[in-house]
Amino acid sequence: MLILECPCCGVKGEETEFHGGGEAHIRRFGPGSSDEAFHDYLFAKENPRGVHFERWRHVNGCGKWFHVARCTQTLEVFGSYSAQTTEPPQDIKDAITAKRPGWRWREFA
Amino acid sequence: MRRYSAFAVAREAARYHEGWARAWRSPEPKTKYDVIIVGAGGHGLATAFYLGRNFGITNVAIIEKGWLGGGNTGRNTTIIRSNYLQDPSAAIYEKSRSLYETMSQDLNYNVMFSPRGVLMLAQTEHEVRGYQRTAHANALQGVETEFVGPERVKELVPIISLDGPRYPVLGGLWQARGGTGRHDAVAWGYARACSDMGMDIIQQCEVIGIRKDGGKIVGVDTTKGAIDCDKLGVVVAGHSGTLAEMAGFRLPIESVALQALVSEPIKPCMDIVVMANTVHGYLSQSDKGEMVIGGGADGYNNYTQRGSFHHIEETVRALVETFPMVSRLKMLRQWGGIVDMTGDRSPILSKTPVENVFFNCGWGTGGFKATPGSGWGFAELVAKGHSPLCEDFGLNRFREGRFVDESVAAGVAH
Repeated sequence: MLILECPCCGVKGEETEFHGGGEAHIRRFGPGSSDEAFHDYLFAKENPRGVHFERWRHVNGCGKWFHVARCTQTLEVFGSYSAQTTEPPQDIKDAITAKRPGWRWREFA
Repeated sequence: MRRYSAFAVAREAARYHEGWARAWRSPEPKTKYDVIIVGAGGHGLATAFYLGRNFGITNVAIIEKGWLGGGNTGRNTTIIRSNYLQDPSAAIYEKSRSLYETMSQDLNYNVMFSPRGVLMLAQTEHEVRGYQRTAHANALQGVETEFVGPERVKELVPIISLDGPRYPVLGGLWQARGGTGRHDAVAWGYARACSDMGMDIIQQCEVIGIRKDGGKIVGVDTTKGAIDCDKLGVVVAGHSGTLAEMAGFRLPIESVALQALVSEPIKPCMDIVVMANTVHGYLSQSDKGEMVIGGGADGYNNYTQRGSFHHIEETVRALVETFPMVSRLKMLRQWGGIVDMTGDRSPILSKTPVENVFFNCGWGTGGFKATPGSGWGFAELVAKGHSPLCEDFGLNRFREGRFVDESVAAGVAH
């Protein structure tokens, strides 16, 4: 069972309290971008077997969005952090490196 | 290969069954093949089989990380139907269903195809309209289905409760020629036929790298050493993303766990397959008497082959309302498989940015029924570079906005 902690209200709950929102840190490509970039923005997905960054919403709680760093193979959660960031904070990256040395995810390694 | 027949059974009975040979060989890999298929599940083996049968390409290796048919081939709920809304889907699934009808004879292997009929329940006004539309579309596609009213539903499924408080049964989409098959036997039958044509099935051999030269395939690195090939077909379902990363591109696919469960065996009580998509549950009775129940998929990416517990609760709660007798059943076992979901819930059978590398993936929650059709079309794509069955399922459909949108249209359980 997946247990997450909401960084906004500090409540810890199991997965039925939350709703997954897919891949995190997606940069929007709008007018003026290349077809390639717009295609990737819309469709290409990170689908790693291991470390993954995702958006989640605390639907049955405070209702706020936040980010989670998680392992897709073991469901281990490395940490949750604010949605108001464009890349994972250093302490989250360090927590992942401690448990999964050599991890890679898009441009954040 | 010794053919299986009534005569063979009698002959072996007379000599203590000592004459049965292994159904397929387990050779060491050669250094080079014309075609390498990664993934010895139903779809991969079917692809290899039709490469040999339809195109005479038999210098083929099928590489498998685990054991033959041990992934989603052995984890699905064995339902076979072709009542899809969109023309390209109906074409490939109907081809598949028709191949199932003669598969036991074609492979000389009993795949226990049982065309017992598939009923998809309409439990809201929207579903009634949706399925009536599908029935009309199917009539135009030459797929035999009909929309039936509640009385006929009760006649087909006596154990059903028509007037559930939340989701009354308002009708259903009935495909009499749909049914079930023995999922393991499909993989075993294809494996035996492939091995007989001289193809090498190499189990417990994981692909750890894909070698390219100037954007063209050279071969694969495996745990049993490097193997060269002219063409590479990747048929690895939930793990397609990992292989695509090795080849150097990303796919519009996310992997989630989908689960199923079976009850204790009981006396025959339901002789068709019933799907209830509003409540995300489907039900059939196996030959052993177990009620086979398919449940929901997880709401987040994962590779756990287990699934979230609350989905079992939701599935069973919904089924108890429609089939009250389910409340007295003990559940025997539960399992999960990793399904590869695309945005439009349709598969990808396509060329890729790497020359002579082909991907067959994205079957999501409904791959078993497509096994022979998928192999038929994908073999043609690999052999000739194009195939009418696969044309609409290319990777370029996302860029060009030509989705084959089955996610809401045809009641795909997801």
